[in-house]
Amino acid sequence: MGQDEIMLKVQKIVSEQLSVDEADVTPSASFANDLGADSLDTVELVMALEEEFDIEIPDEAAENIATVQAAVDYIKQKSVA
Amino acid sequence: MLNLTGKRAIVTGIANNRSIAWGIAQQLHAAGATLGITYLPDEKGKMEKKVAELVDPLQPSLFLPLNVQDEAQIDSAFSTIRDQWGQIDILIHCLAFANRDDLSGDFSAVSRDGFNLALDVSAYSLVQLCHAAKPLMTEGGAIVTMTYLGGVRVVPNYNVMGVAKAALEMNVRYLAAELGSQNVRVNGISAGPIRTLASSAVGGILDMIHHVEAIAPLRRTVTQTEVGNAAAFLCSDLASGITGQILYVDAGYEIMGM
Repeated sequence: MGQDEIMLKVQKIVSEQLSVDEADVTPSASFANDLGADSLDTVELVMALEEEFDIEIPDEAAENIATVQAAVDYIKQKSVA
Repeated sequence: MLNLTGKRAIVTGIANNRSIAWGIAQQLHAAGATLGITYLPDEKGKMEKKVAELVDPLQPSLFLPLNVQDEAQIDSAFSTIRDQWGQIDILIHCLAFANRDDLSGDFSAVSRDGFNLALDVSAYSLVQLCHAAKPLMTEGGAIVTMTYLGGVRVVPNYNVMGVAKAALEMNVRYLAAELGSQNVRVNGISAGPIRTLASSAVGGILDMIHHVEAIAPLRRTVTQTEVGNAAAFLCSDLASGITGQILYVDAGYEIMGM
């Protein structure tokens, strides 16, 4: 799966999980600061991404994923591995 | 065979589509039960909206806010249930909470407040709800709660929640002894580890699941649907002779010595 395809899927999931416009889910958007995600939202978002991409995102990794781009990068790296 | 038509079931503990309580609600619905769903209210009403959308296909006959730390809310919920239904046949208790910091690291580091919070929400709440439901279970009934092996044996990081589950499992026995005279059965399901909103707070939950997948006789962990099926069984007449028990729904993991 290419970077663009991952980005589109991530944007869709983030928009659904956080009830925000897909247009606001820019690569640089921060989940907590720009998209209003609280700690429960973050946990649910991580699980939704795990399900969509069939990967596992351990807590330590999740803590470092603050932006949409960071999520895409992590997923891309995990999918290749 | 397994038929819950006409049974009125209160299901607590649904937070999202991964909740074990959601698996149970779906199976009770499939068996014909009428559902009353409770949710944990929050200031912004997010949980209410999300759970309402999720459970809509099951057409719950009641949908009520219930924070077990709020006595007034318990009174209000059960007074609505009494007014609307008159009686309860089934009560599903899927509630637990501990501070995330208390679910990893040294167990002895747990604070008094953290200890009390975990025991209050995860164990005392069953006693509270049974006490409130007791006068409404006039034609017998079944109560099922969710526990975990960490309440019997040491599971790394489960810590204070293990102590809470130990208390919960003993609650099951005392409550079963008390309520048996009115033909109300109380049982617990000890499920294998499942990735849920709640379990994600337990340090290393993914490692726990991998361990079970490697060791359990069925070489996997269990699904919410499998737990739901076991709960539906325990709530049905097929289990009419079973009370005070903890049923392991864990792909067999509990029997293994190593």
